[in-house]
Amino acid sequence: MPSYDLVVIGSGPGGYVCAIRAAQLGMKVAVVEKEKTFGGTCLNIGCIPSKAMLHASELFDEAGHGFGKMGIKVGTPALDLPAMMKFKDEGVDGNVKGVAFLFKKNKIEPHMGVGRIVAPGKVEVKAADGTAMAIDTKAIVIATGSDVAKLKGIIIDEKRIVSSTGALVLDKVPQRLLVVGAGVIGLELGSVWRRLGAQVTVVEFLDRIVPGIDNELARQFQRLLEKQGISFKLASKVTAIDQSGPVLRTNVEPAAGRAALEIEADVALIAIGRVPYTEGLGLDAVGLKLDNRGRIPTDAHYATAVPGLYAIGDVIAGPMLAHKAEDEGIAVAEIIAGKAGHVNYDVIPNVIYTFPEVASVGKTEEELKAAGIAYNVGKFPFTANGRAKANQQTDGFVKILADAKTDRVLGVHMICTDAGNMIAEAAIAMEFGAAAEDIARTCHAHPTLPEAVKEAALAVDKRAISM
Amino acid sequence: MTEIRVPTLGESVTEATIGKWFKQPGDAVAVDEPLVELETDKVTIEVPAPAAGVLSEIAVKDGETVAVGALLGQINPGTGAAAKAPTESAKAAAAAPPKPAGPPPQPPKIAATDAPLAPSVRRLATESGVSPATVAGTGKDGRVVKGDMLAAIERAAAAPTPVSQPAAAVQVRAPSPADDAAREERVRMTRLRQTIARRLKDAQNTAAMLTTFNEVDMTAVMALRAQYRDLFEKKHGVKFGFMGFFVRACVQALKEIPAVNAEIDGADIIYKNYYHVGIAVGTDKGLVVPVVRDCDLKSLAEIEKEIAGYGRRARDGQLKIEDMQGGTFTITNGGIYGSLMSTPILNAPQSGILGMHKIQERPMVVAGKIEARPMMYLAVSYDHRIVDGREAVTFLVRVKEGLEDPARLVLDL
Repeated sequence: MPSYDLVVIGSGPGGYVCAIRAAQLGMKVAVVEKEKTFGGTCLNIGCIPSKAMLHASELFDEAGHGFGKMGIKVGTPALDLPAMMKFKDEGVDGNVKGVAFLFKKNKIEPHMGVGRIVAPGKVEVKAADGTAMAIDTKAIVIATGSDVAKLKGIIIDEKRIVSSTGALVLDKVPQRLLVVGAGVIGLELGSVWRRLGAQVTVVEFLDRIVPGIDNELARQFQRLLEKQGISFKLASKVTAIDQSGPVLRTNVEPAAGRAALEIEADVALIAIGRVPYTEGLGLDAVGLKLDNRGRIPTDAHYATAVPGLYAIGDVIAGPMLAHKAEDEGIAVAEIIAGKAGHVNYDVIPNVIYTFPEVASVGKTEEELKAAGIAYNVGKFPFTANGRAKANQQTDGFVKILADAKTDRVLGVHMICTDAGNMIAEAAIAMEFGAAAEDIARTCHAHPTLPEAVKEAALAVDKRAISM
Repeated sequence: MTEIRVPTLGESVTEATIGKWFKQPGDAVAVDEPLVELETDKVTIEVPAPAAGVLSEIAVKDGETVAVGALLGQINPGTGAAAKAPTESAKAAAAAPPKPAGPPPQPPKIAATDAPLAPSVRRLATESGVSPATVAGTGKDGRVVKGDMLAAIERAAAAPTPVSQPAAAVQVRAPSPADDAAREERVRMTRLRQTIARRLKDAQNTAAMLTTFNEVDMTAVMALRAQYRDLFEKKHGVKFGFMGFFVRACVQALKEIPAVNAEIDGADIIYKNYYHVGIAVGTDKGLVVPVVRDCDLKSLAEIEKEIAGYGRRARDGQLKIEDMQGGTFTITNGGIYGSLMSTPILNAPQSGILGMHKIQERPMVVAGKIEARPMMYLAVSYDHRIVDGREAVTFLVRVKEGLEDPARLVLDL
């Protein structure tokens, strides 16, 4: 029976990073993966393929609508969807092979199959062909991630009623796409198919889009998406989808007081969130109970109630984000090795990769108000940023929230081209406890979009230069 | 050219006084050879040579005060002749059995003041004259952030006398008549002594301090000790003392009366569900209080062993700053000097301190008859702001009960 210092169940961004860090620290590590390729949801059917589609579809849209005014005459661009899908698949392939290479490089032994914890320190891996193998280990990290949340009474067939997985492999552009859920996934994939020609309607149960994002940002985001042709039905819920005919007939019930309406669509994307994935892990056998939201309870050191059993990423509490899982993977590997692993949950960036992008880190205005913290706001619009004006991409703004007394940056929120890259500066500043003044006094290259971050920092002290 | 700098001295220690240079400019030095002794608020440490060579320059003289990260001196790469000497002294250093006064481990992370200061902090330092080196940082790795500076400036404005002033104030005295003046000796207080003076006075100024007394009949503990002394020493390799019993009795009482193990932070009370008990140890330089951590999880023998180890290291001046941090409750034993009764001063920000005293045979009435019993007076000083009289008295009664009937300690009664 093979035996290890650490067995990681799941090779997504949490699991594979954890395995590599543990190997770096001298542990003998194995990874259990039930799919054919490494990388989990993120690399195979999540972050990475959706980013490839967002990139390609954005350029397609730009070629059709933006090139002309820059003096580039290309005529009306034609879509070759199979080629675009191939472009996406190559990106995925490159990434999953990268993980396989890293495993090899770090002498991490992969075991392909479904991992089940039979007892503390014992994992059984059942391969696709039904053969089972027992593994002995000193520690186990559960990094099994999450799965698509289902909508009651609606069966996802991944053809006409799809989850994010199916929405990434549609064989033709749907004429009408109905998106259920105005969260990150729904709006990113809705954007992809909107750009490629679909009519997109988003139905959201709450009265706002992207819950959790700063309100002001969300409102502007909705306006910009509506300008791109996405329509929203907020405070409404999908109660049934009739798929008997050639078109899907969706029953949408608005909040009290308004009549139900029917929306026709060719494809419906169910994107109401994700749920922790713990199926088949055998947690009952080791006496581990899930919390009321199906998550594995852990202490601050990712230890579960069972000695030697840890859990990280989407299966535990906290935002379901790949980079949160990665940092937890590193922290738990270090903790198991007797070091001081730590994740700063106050500084976890959040990005929506639409056009423009939405990015934030730290507290929103609503959170600060609820907590009774006095703060100053510094805001700077891209209409006053030189680079944005030159590129004629002036939608959006940067908002910095700083403690009224100490000037410490408490939250940074931005909506603009490239916000996902720009948020890193804010995260570093916050990690080091920077004051808004520190950002304001840090030289920023000109002409760049990040100058707007500096101007917003100046605006906290009401001394922005360019407006 | 290698710079010698003041190493990180542990949390809340921002400056040190040069005790003594062991080397003079021009002396050859070997790597890790002790160069200079630094006195801090908590311990005395030696700074080892970061490189071999010749000590070319001493930047600060004996008795001067330096901040963490400050330049102490410089070492030039040795010439042929000089390089030889260090090799010999290196051997000597290696041969010397215990390393004198362990220098703090070279910190892997960047010391707070080695890192460049944030631009806002630099501006505020220039504008206000408050040196960031004197400000305790709350940022990553102890960096000083803007909020720390603003708070320090506010404090400085509110209190015209800086924090370090009280020690100076103590020294102010009316001049003595000339006759007597000649027969006086003026000795500068060591930093440790200054810190003791300041902290004791701070504790008195802050806490609503009160002492309650009781007495304990040591018959049972002494009998137990007499019975098992040899066996205990043989098995655990440490003397079977009284302290272990007192620590255990206190921990059990602290569990019952958590306020005594708590501290005040602003408008909050922080209850600590861990039991780090400080044991006051007298040394020739003054009193130090090493901390036995997680006493609730340790056996009596483990506690005894740790206390014995601390006592040895305290005498040898080898206690590290970490050894003395994080205590939640303190025990002090004036009995070893013969004290019969005393009112200990709190070890701030803790809320309780137990005073042990001399064991003396006294006539006690036991079941109607007068018997000679080995008695000890117990005192517990407490912060009345968060500990009620009932709680303090109950605490002390529980300690007494545990000691008079050690079975209670085993049975958790």
